[in-house]
Amino acid sequence: MKRTHTPGSLPPRPRQHGVLRRLGLAFGALLLSASLVHAQEQGGSAVVSFQDDISTLDPAIGYDWQNWSIIKSIFDGLMDYVPGTTELVPHLAESYEVSDDGLTYTFVLRQGVLFHNGREMVADDVRYSIERVLNPETQSPGQGFYLSIAGAQEFIDGAADSVAGIEVVDDYTIRFTTSEPDASFLHKLGLNFAHVVPQEAVEAAAGDFGHQPVGTGGFKLKEWVLGQRVVLERNPDYFEEGLPYLDEITFQVGVDPNVAFLRLQRGEVDILGDGIPAARYTEVINDPVLGEQVAMGEQMQTGYVTINVEMEPFTDVRVRRALNMAINKDRIVRIVNNRAVPANQILPPLFESHADDYEGYPYDPEAARALLAEAGYPDGFDTELYAYNVAPNDRIAQAIQADLAEIGVNVELRTQAQSTVIEAGGAGQAPLLWSGGMAWIADYPDPNNFYWPILACASNIPGGWNWARYCNEDLEARAARADTLARSDQADERVAEWREIFLAIMEDAPWIPVFHELQVSMHSTNVTGPKEIFVDPMHIPVHYEMVRRAQ
Amino acid sequence: MIGYLAQRLLQAAGVLLGVSIVTFLLAFLLPADPARMIAGRSATVQTVESIRQQLGLDRPLPVQYVNYLGKLLRGDLGRSYAQKAEVTKLIRSRLAPTLQLALAGILFELLIGLPAGIVAALRRGTAVDQAVMAFAFVGVSAPQFVVGLLLIYVFAYLLPLFPLGGYGTPLHVVLPAVAVGLAGGGWYARVTRSAMIDVLRQDYVRTARAKGVFPAKVVFKHVLKNAVLPVVALVGLDIGVFMGGIVIVESVFGWPGIGQMIWQAIQLVDIPVIMGGVLVTALFVVVGNLLADLVYPVLDPRIRYS
Repeated sequence: MKRTHTPGSLPPRPRQHGVLRRLGLAFGALLLSASLVHAQEQGGSAVVSFQDDISTLDPAIGYDWQNWSIIKSIFDGLMDYVPGTTELVPHLAESYEVSDDGLTYTFVLRQGVLFHNGREMVADDVRYSIERVLNPETQSPGQGFYLSIAGAQEFIDGAADSVAGIEVVDDYTIRFTTSEPDASFLHKLGLNFAHVVPQEAVEAAAGDFGHQPVGTGGFKLKEWVLGQRVVLERNPDYFEEGLPYLDEITFQVGVDPNVAFLRLQRGEVDILGDGIPAARYTEVINDPVLGEQVAMGEQMQTGYVTINVEMEPFTDVRVRRALNMAINKDRIVRIVNNRAVPANQILPPLFESHADDYEGYPYDPEAARALLAEAGYPDGFDTELYAYNVAPNDRIAQAIQADLAEIGVNVELRTQAQSTVIEAGGAGQAPLLWSGGMAWIADYPDPNNFYWPILACASNIPGGWNWARYCNEDLEARAARADTLARSDQADERVAEWREIFLAIMEDAPWIPVFHELQVSMHSTNVTGPKEIFVDPMHIPVHYEMVRRAQ
Repeated sequence: MIGYLAQRLLQAAGVLLGVSIVTFLLAFLLPADPARMIAGRSATVQTVESIRQQLGLDRPLPVQYVNYLGKLLRGDLGRSYAQKAEVTKLIRSRLAPTLQLALAGILFELLIGLPAGIVAALRRGTAVDQAVMAFAFVGVSAPQFVVGLLLIYVFAYLLPLFPLGGYGTPLHVVLPAVAVGLAGGGWYARVTRSAMIDVLRQDYVRTARAKGVFPAKVVFKHVLKNAVLPVVALVGLDIGVFMGGIVIVESVFGWPGIGQMIWQAIQLVDIPVIMGGVLVTALFVVVGNLLADLVYPVLDPRIRYS
């Protein structure tokens, strides 16, 4: 879970333009206003501000808003994404081949890629890095992504000294074998957790590699003053010709977003890592000068209410559908200053499996009341809604409460600390739970990432993230089968199958999808670059290696 | 004196032990599971269990506490769950800024509070007194977040006299210290005023005045010297409170103090950092009070410890 601020991303594929149109012309104009004309080729520096501290820069550990993209600029993986898009491409790999049965992935590595300590990166480093994430002693939150590699479980259990499914063929060739076809395996190799680290540097750091990172990326660590700033400088040996553009980038932490906004106007801060402070948002967006410094894009996020299908009266699908018809999503979008688009389904528009022609449940309190009556609740009932107690989630929870009151459902609000809400959801104690501020920015742009951790029977466990307690065995089987469609000629079939699966889930209505958040970022006139890299869907929130100094 | 000191140090150790037990219990009463927070949402049940075992979180609470205490006595505060770094290293990086802001904050409290309290006491019942006390009331009750932002906006943004937050030069400490001083200065003004009023009623003050001693000399030599004890006690308390961090001021001004560190650790259920931070804070509270008590006999010869 990458903790959300107001995150987002820019649309790569043609299908996304429909959403842009829905957002209006002003938004389109913002995207087109990229001005590279006066950009420096290379050189200069930039300052990024964050309120929260940078906890760690260890790619096996870091999993939050601040560190996700910083880690990506210090480290590299076999796979990465075209800047500003969700299009997967080889990165440390020069090329790769997938076997016909979809079980074996063979990567040929780039030659001459150097770690920041000067040693050449070879296939054995890739093996070490993945095994490190699997090793229980590392306590990596990414461990679960790589269980499909053959022999991973034996390695974790201590029954094997190495992972059978990772084979170093020679210095520049590595082969992965999965125990069954895993159509999202390449995406998983693009995650930070699979970024390549040098064993000697990890061992030299004696448990604190997170503060002494050594990678192959475009930037390397220059200085880290705990609780104050992290300074990265250009890696002159970086393998991507001409990148990064900046000589130096500084991340200042502990900066209040309101103060950061003042400092940006003074030219002391170049990128607001936490976005535009809510109190200034409307003013900035409507200002012809400041508005130019704003970038807006889609991200792989859905804000939803989970309906606990194991609790009365939500065991009745009619009740769950009635709730779906009771929520005025347009009004909730206005509460977040239009920084979102209303959702009628689970997958965000950025996904190919998003169903463009699906209507969803209409906002119709009359019909909702009728449906409740049919289910035996003509006078409604009492229930509870859990939500994170930080704005705007408290206000969204109140809006949901008011909407449900309209159909006779009396909601008691339980707005609490993030960890408390997550605990209640995991324990199955929350009849209704608003996910905002806690959940779903997908880890990688594949629909299965919206199913297995949060809607699957497999994740319907105590302490899991399936807060709706939803389990549909038939769909589970179809999902498992869809993930075996790993060959490239099966891609279209797989996209269509996942679309069907998510629409079938909407029939069961374990969620009320409310909106898809947009990412909004603001930068000073001192830095420039294509707008989409300031709201990168994968290098969240900003693709630092692509930022340029303006002349 | 030596016996008194030994007794106080023993008490201090007792207090710290008590604090460690209470904090430990509170941290584990949090309705959140640290192992699950570390493991993330993609973790299997097995991963969560394995992390729980490695951290010793599966053992009975008393056993965990005794283990913690054993390490603590050897100066080992453990490693942060979220950052993996040693807690002592994290705390050390926060000490200097915390100390700097604490001292500057107390200085501004005194600069604001003492004169205000003296003036109010001397002009008791007048409009001046009421104005000063109203100011003290506002200072104490105004939300520090708003005061801090206002100070930044006026004295760093509109009038670029000070930096826009951050830490480093002596100039950086002024605005946060003023924010602290405005809030705490109100308390000092009230305490100074009431202590002064008590002393002003004393016979020796009347005698001094009757003798025709210069009024300023009466105030500073006779009155203030005798009214200063409660102020010293307040400073002693403040050393402790401020060394525990002033979360809101630190967060508005981007001050890398210990308060921010503890606050973020609470969000992440990072128990070793919470424990370490609270213990260090408690240590300073104890030391601050002890210092104040030791200063009393110096200021007032009538006080003797035995």
